[in-house]
Amino acid sequence: MNFTLRVWRQNGPTDPGKFEEYPATDIPADASFLEMLDIVNEGLIQKGIEPITFDHDCREGICGMCSLTINGVPHGPDRGTTCQVYMRKFKDRDVITIEPFRAAPFPILRDLAVNRSAFDRIIQAGGFISERTGAAPDANSVPIPKPVADAAMDAAACIGCGACAAACPNSSAMLFVSAKVGHLGLLPQGKPEKNRRVLRMVRAMDNEGFGNCSNYYACEAVCPAGISASFIARMNREYNFASALETVGAPL
Amino acid sequence: MSASSAPTASAQTLWQVPKAWLFSSIGKKCVVAVTGLVMVLFVIGHLLGNMTIFFGPGAVNAYAMHLRDLGPLLWVARLGLLGAIVLHVYFTMLLWKENSEARPQKYAVAAPMNTTVFARTMRLSGLIVLSFVAFHLAHFTWHWVQPGHAAYYAEVDGRRVHDVYSMVVLGFRNPLVSFFYIFSLGLVAFHLSHGIGSLFQTLGLSNSTLRPALETAAKVLAWVLFAGYSAIPISILFFGLGKGIVP
Ligand code: HEM
Ligand code: FES
Repeated sequence: MNFTLRVWRQNGPTDPGKFEEYPATDIPADASFLEMLDIVNEGLIQKGIEPITFDHDCREGICGMCSLTINGVPHGPDRGTTCQVYMRKFKDRDVITIEPFRAAPFPILRDLAVNRSAFDRIIQAGGFISERTGAAPDANSVPIPKPVADAAMDAAACIGCGACAAACPNSSAMLFVSAKVGHLGLLPQGKPEKNRRVLRMVRAMDNEGFGNCSNYYACEAVCPAGISASFIARMNREYNFASALETVGAPL
Repeated sequence: MSASSAPTASAQTLWQVPKAWLFSSIGKKCVVAVTGLVMVLFVIGHLLGNMTIFFGPGAVNAYAMHLRDLGPLLWVARLGLLGAIVLHVYFTMLLWKENSEARPQKYAVAAPMNTTVFARTMRLSGLIVLSFVAFHLAHFTWHWVQPGHAAYYAEVDGRRVHDVYSMVVLGFRNPLVSFFYIFSLGLVAFHLSHGIGSLFQTLGLSNSTLRPALETAAKVLAWVLFAGYSAIPISILFFGLGKGIVP
């Protein structure tokens, strides 16, 4: 298959950046999107052009490292990771526009690679539980109702890829943060820090400069882990409750 | 610390926590949602009141008279509404500013990704509705638009009262006025098609099961309100409501 790529090239965080056009020729239909970029990069290297920088790691749809916004959609067509997009999804001779994830808190490092450490800092602010070390507890020693366990597992599916913030017209990170808050806050192991966690994580999110949620639901449409935006409603509830406790000086 | 300076210091610390909530991403949206809800309730009540016009001049003029007779209570409602509008506009404009700062560079290719046209046009529909509210007050409350219409009087329970019926009928006989109202009411319905469903999500009163139902109900309510309100100019313009009224 043959394509024309319009690729965002940016020589570093402060470079203004611009689109460059490259032909992608003789691409197998079963190549993944990242393999297609590998092939194009081989060609660029042979021509003495700097290859296109892009993020990837597992290439199995697990790690969340691959990014890219393909024709305006983070991770491209189908709700999955970029590494799981195959070129047969496109039509021969398509013009494909490839941009980095765009959000002020995700500064561009080079070309299509962005720095998503803002998510790590939000996790550090409260995305953990306190456990004592020692022997592993007996299985099922802490009873958890099945619907609660299921909901926590749904939230735990988040791989922290950042597509939600990249898709949101406001660059809001609410889906990511609400998945973490929901996952940990639903389970008994995470309950002791529930109120402190939601306050700290939301404040960390706001400090990073992510936008506010307008309930557009673009996040939910692109999330490769299928996280529901209903976790956002749940987090709003938890945050308001924790704020009320904090206001009256109740223990958190 | 002297006794007199202590209260200010503690008032400041008391304010710190609610202020952190108010200006957090979630707090700001909650203000928008609550003030939006206040305005939605007003819009429903206002429509119910307006429907008295279909029961003739006596009904609507009596309704208007009773409303004005509320005196101080009416002023409480007016100030409450004004407060809701001011807060709603202030916080939505603040959100707009912050949200554009969070996405300094737009994508070259725009993809809707499940967002609705109603959601994407909230700022535009909201700002046009704001100018409509100003026009509407200037028209029917302050009588700046058609000043002659302030001078009609009717009699209710033996009292000489402002003839709202004639004012409305003659006002809407002007097709330009009618079409402007219908257009603006359409934008209110646009705004509320997203807004009413959205406020439940913002206030955390939603979940996966409720969300689709709430969103459908919100859209239905938004367009029922539109149908109800625009029935008045349409009836006057096309179906001869109040045809006995002469200027
Ligand atoms: C007066 C001018 C108005 C402006 C400038 C305005 C603007 C906005 C904007 C920009 C939003 C979206 C905020 C966001 O999610 O980021 C919004 C939400 C909303 N507006 Fe308005 N609006 C106005 C009037 C109204 C009126 C008259 C009503 C009701 C009758 C209303 C009801 C709502 C509701 C219910 C929401 C949803 C709140 C939420 O998402 O939780 N607005 N408004
Ligand atoms: S590279 Fe790991 S999910 Fe795509």
